[in-house]
Amino acid sequence: MTASLAQLLESQATLVADGGMGTMLFAAGLARGSAPELWNVERPEAVRKIHADYIAAGAQIILTNSFGGSRARLSMHGLADRAAELNRAAAQIARSAAQDARHPVVVAGSIGPTGQMLAPYGNLEPDDAAEMFAEQAAALVEGGVDVLWIETMADMNEVRAAVEGCRRAAPGVPLVATLTYDTRGRTMMGETPEHAAETLEGLGLLAHGANCGNGPDELLTAINRMHHAQPQARLIAKANAGLPRMIDDRTVYDAGPEVMAAYARQARANGARIIGACCGSTPEHVRAIAEALRQEDSIP
Amino acid sequence: MSLIEEIREGIIQGQANIVVDKVRQALEAGESAEVILNQGLISGMQRVGEMFEEGTVFVPEMLIAARAMDKALTLLRPHLVEAGVQPIAKVAIGTVKGDLHDIGKKLVAMMLEGSGFEIMDLGINVPPEKFVDAVRQGAQVVALSALLTTTMPNMKDVVDALDQAGLRGQTRVIIGGAPVNQNYADQIGADGFAPDASSAVRKVRELIGV
Repeated sequence: MTASLAQLLESQATLVADGGMGTMLFAAGLARGSAPELWNVERPEAVRKIHADYIAAGAQIILTNSFGGSRARLSMHGLADRAAELNRAAAQIARSAAQDARHPVVVAGSIGPTGQMLAPYGNLEPDDAAEMFAEQAAALVEGGVDVLWIETMADMNEVRAAVEGCRRAAPGVPLVATLTYDTRGRTMMGETPEHAAETLEGLGLLAHGANCGNGPDELLTAINRMHHAQPQARLIAKANAGLPRMIDDRTVYDAGPEVMAAYARQARANGARIIGACCGSTPEHVRAIAEALRQEDSIP
Repeated sequence: MSLIEEIREGIIQGQANIVVDKVRQALEAGESAEVILNQGLISGMQRVGEMFEEGTVFVPEMLIAARAMDKALTLLRPHLVEAGVQPIAKVAIGTVKGDLHDIGKKLVAMMLEGSGFEIMDLGINVPPEKFVDAVRQGAQVVALSALLTTTMPNMKDVVDALDQAGLRGQTRVIIGGAPVNQNYADQIGADGFAPDASSAVRKVRELIGV
């Protein structure tokens, strides 16, 4: 079943979003240093299974495997000319997984940063960035996403470029944006949660919030600050499953499902309406989040 | 304020045009290039680094200061060469193999250059052999960056490659990046870890004893 994010937000107190995609793909055998988006055409079943597992765990929103799908990011892998193809495929895979779900599922087209610094600090002109985001957004919408999901941003100018690009390519499609607060409570570029919340409210997004970063505690603080600054905002929380540690060449994130359940309850209390996870999380973490939120919302 | 103080202040404020102007004036007034560099430019960048660590400025301010520094250095460099002023040390920096992240590495490179080091920026997705070559070409410090938990093990490959090439003893290896910490540095046999660009400068200075 598919669904509209606006309708779900109207009808339910909190929504469950999925967890990390990249770390799941690497766990499934994606080679270090290769583009995750390539699996949308080379190993679509592996990507689809991750979506299906998150849905089975209770995710009502799934993010496409297109985080690094902008031309700028793909060009680092020599795949710039395949941007449209890889994003379209990402959307089609997620769409197909959502269609088979027993509950309504929103397909969100993930759009991550270009990986370049925008002018005036770097060399990428905002309008050129907007063009790359437009190309990515057009392909995601063509492949069937319900909403465009700008995430892991640090620079508000890049968020603006992404919003501009999405609106150019797909004027009617709803947008959300989340930033990463990993530098002393701010984004890398110094953006505070309060200022970001105010700016993002002004951009007319369906929802906004925080994702990734240094584990649940710091993300919960950012959500709390956003909620106090903009109490009416529909906030999104997607925290990493703690912090990564290396154990015998293997990466282990230190927050288990029970920690993420407690995080979900706190995120709800702090004002988040959409709660999921990011790097290092698995369907088990999302299951724990979904169960915690169902109890809180008194939904059987 | 003296010209040198104005240069220092211009760097802190990130005013490239003012800094270049004042450097030119100072040179015309017969000030030594070394004093302009150390007491004006580098001292200003050091203050910016401190302010970054104090949390009063963020990456954008650091970038603007580094750009002002860069423009001033272009003007100053021939004079430094003429006066025989040597860089503190040569640092080879790069993001390790498999990792395509550029921004953090670039910031560290800028801060090191702004502190008087010579930088060999090897770029992103750098295989271990390239770091080994850089050490053969005189790099005393190797600075490794990784943003991904999936690529941080490749830092160890660089340490091992230096070891196998018999160059480990003459090189200091420093690591950084979101998933990296001191514990990991110890684990892979790196000499140091720094959590941000400003502390990276301090750490490199400490490692080579200047």
